[in-house]
Amino acid sequence: MIITSRFFNRSELIGFVALALVLFVILPLSLDVFRLNLVAKYLTYAFVAIGLVLCWGYGGILSLGQGVFFGLGGYCMAMFLKLEASSVENTKIQSTPGIPDFMDWNQITSLPLFWQPFHSLTFTILAIILVPGLFALIIGTAMFKRRVGGTYFAIITQAIAAILTILIVGQQGYTGGINGMTDLRTLKGWDIRPDHAKIILYFVEVVLLFACIGIAQFIRLTKLGRILVAMREQEDRVRFSGYSVANFKIFAFCMAAVFAAIGGAMFALNVGFMSPSFVGIVPSIEMVIYTAVGGRMSIFGAVWGSLLVNFAKTSLSESFPQLWLFGLGALFIAVVLAFPNGLSGIWQDYVQPRIDRLLAMRKPKSKNGWSDTSVADGAPAE
Amino acid sequence: MFGDYSIGDLGSIFVMQGFAGLILFSVYVLMALGLAIIFGQMGVINMAHGEFMILGAYVTWMTSNVFQSYLPGLFGGYFFLAMILAFLASGALGMLVEWALIKHLYKRPLDTLLATWGLSLILQQTYRSVFGPREVGVELPQWMLGSLKVTDSIEVPINGIFVMGLTLLITVVVAYVLYKSRWGRQVRAVVQNRIMAGAVGINTEKVDRYTFGLGCGIAGVAGSAFTMIGSTGPTSGQLYIVDTFLVVVFGGAASLIGTIASAFSISQTQSTLEFFMSGSMAKVLTLLAVVGILMLRPQGLFALKVRK
Repeated sequence: MIITSRFFNRSELIGFVALALVLFVILPLSLDVFRLNLVAKYLTYAFVAIGLVLCWGYGGILSLGQGVFFGLGGYCMAMFLKLEASSVENTKIQSTPGIPDFMDWNQITSLPLFWQPFHSLTFTILAIILVPGLFALIIGTAMFKRRVGGTYFAIITQAIAAILTILIVGQQGYTGGINGMTDLRTLKGWDIRPDHAKIILYFVEVVLLFACIGIAQFIRLTKLGRILVAMREQEDRVRFSGYSVANFKIFAFCMAAVFAAIGGAMFALNVGFMSPSFVGIVPSIEMVIYTAVGGRMSIFGAVWGSLLVNFAKTSLSESFPQLWLFGLGALFIAVVLAFPNGLSGIWQDYVQPRIDRLLAMRKPKSKNGWSDTSVADGAPAE
Repeated sequence: MFGDYSIGDLGSIFVMQGFAGLILFSVYVLMALGLAIIFGQMGVINMAHGEFMILGAYVTWMTSNVFQSYLPGLFGGYFFLAMILAFLASGALGMLVEWALIKHLYKRPLDTLLATWGLSLILQQTYRSVFGPREVGVELPQWMLGSLKVTDSIEVPINGIFVMGLTLLITVVVAYVLYKSRWGRQVRAVVQNRIMAGAVGINTEKVDRYTFGLGCGIAGVAGSAFTMIGSTGPTSGQLYIVDTFLVVVFGGAASLIGTIASAFSISQTQSTLEFFMSGSMAKVLTLLAVVGILMLRPQGLFALKVRK
């Protein structure tokens, strides 16, 4: 059975169906609500990882500041939820009712100006997309127009992650400080805490995830994706061919930022709080490792990478907290030295050929319509 | 803000604040020198640099314990031996790491970042397993305690002066080694053109290994000097890494003078701002200024004029 299409080649179609089956059917049927909620938490990182596939794997721009965008999206969502949870009757015991509790503790008596618009859900949803998008646009324009890339870009994004963390922790009265925004309860009057809400949120998230996968796949397969790859390999030649290298890089970086922000917003909804510990340098680098483990060239690989590494982290750090850091460190080194294309690379180099050989024995070989051999394609790896 | 102080008080506050800035400057220079060699000269992003510093700090702590128990008479001088041991330990570990890890990655600088981050996690957990999760502090010998009274209202701590002297000494030695010695010329030749350097008979692998070892060794000495100022825990290294990279990048990666100039401007900005606002806001403003200037001038303060 050989299916070819413009949108997915055969192995990608298998990857797509397998992922959909696992996320929509197998996991919801086999896990209890607590575990399903954990999966939802892991999947929020998959959004970030898909963005990183676009901007790091394809564009060659390693951003160590994806936590910033994850955090911006998450904080936008959390601010809306927090305002709803701090209605006047909920906060009667405070000295100033109607403002979030941490503001009250920090002797702030009225809602700051930049909090006001977050009363509106429409504004919040726009902000989740636009705030990180614009921020990425500014950073990207400033950097790529001046041809700053590679290492320097990585270090500067890292510094931005550090700045944002210090800022959030330092401005306790406006942001909730190190504790973050806790005790988020309802979304437009709908309680997000009980089990059935968690299940609904899980499915909403998976649908959004597949939407992002679709967008990323679309970008990858159009001319844009090919230019990104060409740019990564020979930037100067692309520039001499008349393309504006900077604009393509800015676009990839902004897309990655928006994906990360959607992940952050879903994180705030699913987990019920947001704190600076998901913003800084350490989480940002961990997000890169999810992508690297899954395969920096594979969109589906990024999703599997986020799921597997987080699953390993939870189960290992529960039972062997010491082993986990050794394991994570070894994973970083192994991914770089032994399998730079991650799990999807292993799948492609070792598993796929065997399957192909098995299939070829049964059926006579026929020509594929459209296939992309220069670019590693995605497939799940167990 | 200034109403409560007299002119004389303000003067001494600024002198003391300036001196605090100078100590911070020395610390930044010590942290950044090793990295300027590894990142600036070799192009390797060593995210485990902080952990090499911590190794130096732990070596110092162990040396002080040994002197306290077995050689209490010589306790006043343990620091000098400790710094040499810290240099050797961190340098040896650095050479081992270069041999096992870094040498495979010279053509992939961004991957050195991931690999050394993994290394830093492993080292952190190793420190936690060996030395325990708690922070350790070193007992200073008697002559380093106390402070020097310059005028009635101005006092400078002796350990601060010691750190500054040490920084000066190490900077001069590094500058001499890199720019005057035969080995330093080889290092710079390898950096500029690896293939050509190999063709004229320089053993580039050996040069790489010793360069990386030197950078890590200096990190170890920096860590040793830190024990005079604060305590050391398994994760202390991570706190310094962003600052250190910014200092090096801000100065212009391959320039030693640039590193010193940027360490000076960053530390003075921060210690001056700290007087007017909270420490965290001072840090945010300083880092923002550095990032802003880097966006305007990506090559850093002092860029080497080379064709790429």
